[in-house]
Amino acid sequence: MSADDLNLRSGASNRDGLIHPEVAKANDESERGQDGQRLTHAEGASRPISAAPKAAREPQPRGAKIRGDRPIDQAEAAERFLAAPLHQKAHDERLWDVRKKRDVATHGIPEWEELRELASAIKAHTLSRLDEYLEQFEAQAKANGVHVHWAADGAEHNRLVHRLLKDHGARSLIKSKSMLTEECGFRHYMAGTGIEVIETDLGERIQQLDDEEPSHVVMPAVHKTRLDVAEVFAKTMGTDPENDDAHYLAESQRMHTRPLILEADAGLTGCNFAVAETGTVVTCTNEGNADLSGNVPRLQIHSIGIEKLIPRTEHLGVFIRLLSRSALGSPITQYTSHFRKPRPGTEMHMVLVDNGRSERLGMEEFWTSLKCIRCGACMNTCPVYRRSGGLSYGATYSGPIGLIIDPTFNKRKYSTLPFSSTMNGSCTNVCPVKINIHEQIFAWRKVLAEEHQIPLLKQGMMKAAGQVLSRPAAYRAAIGAADSALRHLPRFAVYNPLNTWGKGREMPETPRQSFHAWYRQNRMGKGTGQ
Amino acid sequence: MSSRAATLEAIRKNRPSGEYALPEVPVFAPLVGEDLVAEFGERLKRMGGRIAEPGSADPFEAVRERLKASKIVASAVPEIEGNRDLSQVAQPQDLADVDVAVVRAVFGVAETGSVLFTQDELRVNAVAYLAQHLIVLLDPADILVNIQAAYRRPEFGRAAYAVLHTGPSATADIEGVLIHGAQGVRSLTVLLMPRGAH
Amino acid sequence: MRVGLFVPCYVDAFEPEVGIATLELLERLGLDVEYPFDQTCCGQPMTNTGCHAEAAATEALFVKNFTGFDYIVAPSGSCVHQVREHLTAIPQTPEVKAVRERTFELVEFLHDVLKVEEFPWAAFPHKVGYHSNCNALRGIGHARPSELNRPFFSKPLDLLAKVKGIELVEIARPDECCGFGGTFSVFEPAVSAKMGYDKVADHARAGADYVVSADSSCLMHQKGCAERLGVPLKFIHIARILNGAAA
Repeated sequence: MSADDLNLRSGASNRDGLIHPEVAKANDESERGQDGQRLTHAEGASRPISAAPKAAREPQPRGAKIRGDRPIDQAEAAERFLAAPLHQKAHDERLWDVRKKRDVATHGIPEWEELRELASAIKAHTLSRLDEYLEQFEAQAKANGVHVHWAADGAEHNRLVHRLLKDHGARSLIKSKSMLTEECGFRHYMAGTGIEVIETDLGERIQQLDDEEPSHVVMPAVHKTRLDVAEVFAKTMGTDPENDDAHYLAESQRMHTRPLILEADAGLTGCNFAVAETGTVVTCTNEGNADLSGNVPRLQIHSIGIEKLIPRTEHLGVFIRLLSRSALGSPITQYTSHFRKPRPGTEMHMVLVDNGRSERLGMEEFWTSLKCIRCGACMNTCPVYRRSGGLSYGATYSGPIGLIIDPTFNKRKYSTLPFSSTMNGSCTNVCPVKINIHEQIFAWRKVLAEEHQIPLLKQGMMKAAGQVLSRPAAYRAAIGAADSALRHLPRFAVYNPLNTWGKGREMPETPRQSFHAWYRQNRMGKGTGQ
Repeated sequence: MSSRAATLEAIRKNRPSGEYALPEVPVFAPLVGEDLVAEFGERLKRMGGRIAEPGSADPFEAVRERLKASKIVASAVPEIEGNRDLSQVAQPQDLADVDVAVVRAVFGVAETGSVLFTQDELRVNAVAYLAQHLIVLLDPADILVNIQAAYRRPEFGRAAYAVLHTGPSATADIEGVLIHGAQGVRSLTVLLMPRGAH
Repeated sequence: MRVGLFVPCYVDAFEPEVGIATLELLERLGLDVEYPFDQTCCGQPMTNTGCHAEAAATEALFVKNFTGFDYIVAPSGSCVHQVREHLTAIPQTPEVKAVRERTFELVEFLHDVLKVEEFPWAAFPHKVGYHSNCNALRGIGHARPSELNRPFFSKPLDLLAKVKGIELVEIARPDECCGFGGTFSVFEPAVSAKMGYDKVADHARAGADYVVSADSSCLMHQKGCAERLGVPLKFIHIARILNGAAA
């Protein structure tokens, strides 16, 4: 008999996979298809999930407290997120649902694991010759009539785009979602310039109007409930504060944003892939907002992280198949757009941004994090992320990929993040480009400890533990000296003078004797056992 | 030193050690069955799109109601005459009031239910996003098996702008509720109409 | 065949019966098992916190204790993963490498090395939810993780299938981490406990009477969570079931 023969209770499917039944929403508002079937494409949930009945209004928990360069206290912010159970449960259930949709989509493709290998190898190759591919991309883009700019860091990117806008007399800029511009702090920079910046992705727009960073690379407002959105829109767009219907809210945003799109003098998009052989910028969106940004205003700008390069168009046949399936469980995004040449009578600019990437390339243990295609699969599967909310990380990149990228931007500020993980490894397994995320988290902990970027208390406890555990007599004394020591968990077991174990859990019972004592008593014929 | 030179120099200095050969990408077996039209239609429907055969008396029968209810129709195809001439549009903003746009796809992709347009089919790129509804003519003979086959087509290396549409504009940024018409078109209907047939 | 028994510190201090069951089971299967008396720990608490230098002496002691055995067997996937993948704070002498290569987790030792066909003494007529420790699952390959598109297999479930009367229940999130995470459980206690609550709720909703695992650390954490919530679940290490524990 093997595991396959075991009669597994079919309970899980009957329960619809919910582990928080209280967030199951009774009525279903999602779109139906031509044959009346319920649709789950794009980031649509596979069953109705809702945070709360109106009566149980719960204020939205906010993210980590930012205090200059001081280390982010992710645990503190996570605890506040957990203290808002309606938000937390809906967030957890929603992202787990996306993870499950991803499993279904990927398990339907026999060559899935081979595609991941290929994508990883193509990225490794490209990164190993990034200078050549960048030069090829630049030459192609220029030949296509595109203006190409280079920015060493976020500040230069912002100044450069600002100057472009000013030179064109632009008063407003519409943009699609771009993690790169988030990383550069572009919106904050532009706030002081008198040029209006309008986000056109619904989730990103919600976050902009709420003056909050995106909490997820693909679903920027996934931590918010419809009630939170209704509140933000009522305040900023004058919608009915009592109407929290998702269709009403989305439609209101469409009507509100459309004139801004039509009036904009410039449009900016990020970049999912930059094809070296053709000089093409590829964007993947569900709303079509990158295409509006690129096709409506007269000035068109694409901000590109230099790690987005891939050698040839045929490689899109690998990456496009991986991206949306990993991100959302959808075979492709609604729009996969390839921008190559300016429209007649308009200008097209591309900004190649380094901002620490070339330096990261030289970090032996961490350079492969540059393979990331920002699908967010590692966030969706991360059990810590789902229970903490993306804003608890206090950084542009949250979740597992954030833990290994953020310290490259600021080692002190993000020194705590690699510890906000159980290193369970699920992130590594879902990564479409096979970044060994959990191993890099482990490696970062070592780097941070060696450079004394972890709290003295923690390092001191580990030193003490190491001393006890390396000396059998001291170890025996620590666990065997007195029953009372065992009752309060010996230090070697939890290394923690504050007893945080007992805050959320019961203590383990203390056995009458340790294994060691039992062995001495029963197998060595001497001693009494302690 | 310019930022360009500085970035390239840093990349050269920090080049990862070891050889990382560019792998050959094998041709994968299609995920779809032999009836590409049926496979395409099934997948398009799952992505929120609609599909219809041309009517025998009225090729546009399936979308006739939609057309009748529309004040402004912008057509980029000879099969139907609209009342907004795309060749006379001075700027994309002039298309803000278009109710329905009709365009022909270069090809379809059975694996995903996608259709491809370039600037040549759209005439004015923005029409595919500013219109409220999009009607797409697709020759059943133009359906490719999968995305890999699509990216072997020459359009991606030639076109100024090429875009795969898979169903209409969609969002579920509010509690996962799927909504069509986030910023772009509210619906996308594919009419399986051979080139030059009508 | 010289087999050395490694009883990890958690097991030694809190679940001695798991160490006893492992010892007895291996002896039932005809092995001569030695328990090096000066053993302490594998060094995982320190290395997982990034403190490799602080782990070096403990790692050296581990190697000293277990040098010379053909196999070193431990009832913990997590500790075996540490030894195999992360025991690197000391110079990698041939002696160190040999100890690392010869260290096996109990389930894989029974399944892959001994290839045990039956446990005629084992019967466990209860509804059981299986919990995979993450290091056992994804680190040392106990089973096919749900994320991967590969053929299904599970070494622990293969072994449990040989136990009379056992009924396995399927939980909604089979491979989800329970939140123990070593020192994570004390440095990030709120998230850790919440993950544990969700895990035991999942097992309870699936109708399990017992949660079974190859790792005592996860079980201790989940037990603490279940007791705090008042969820009437019981927890038992797979070594005890395979050794014929009644309940």
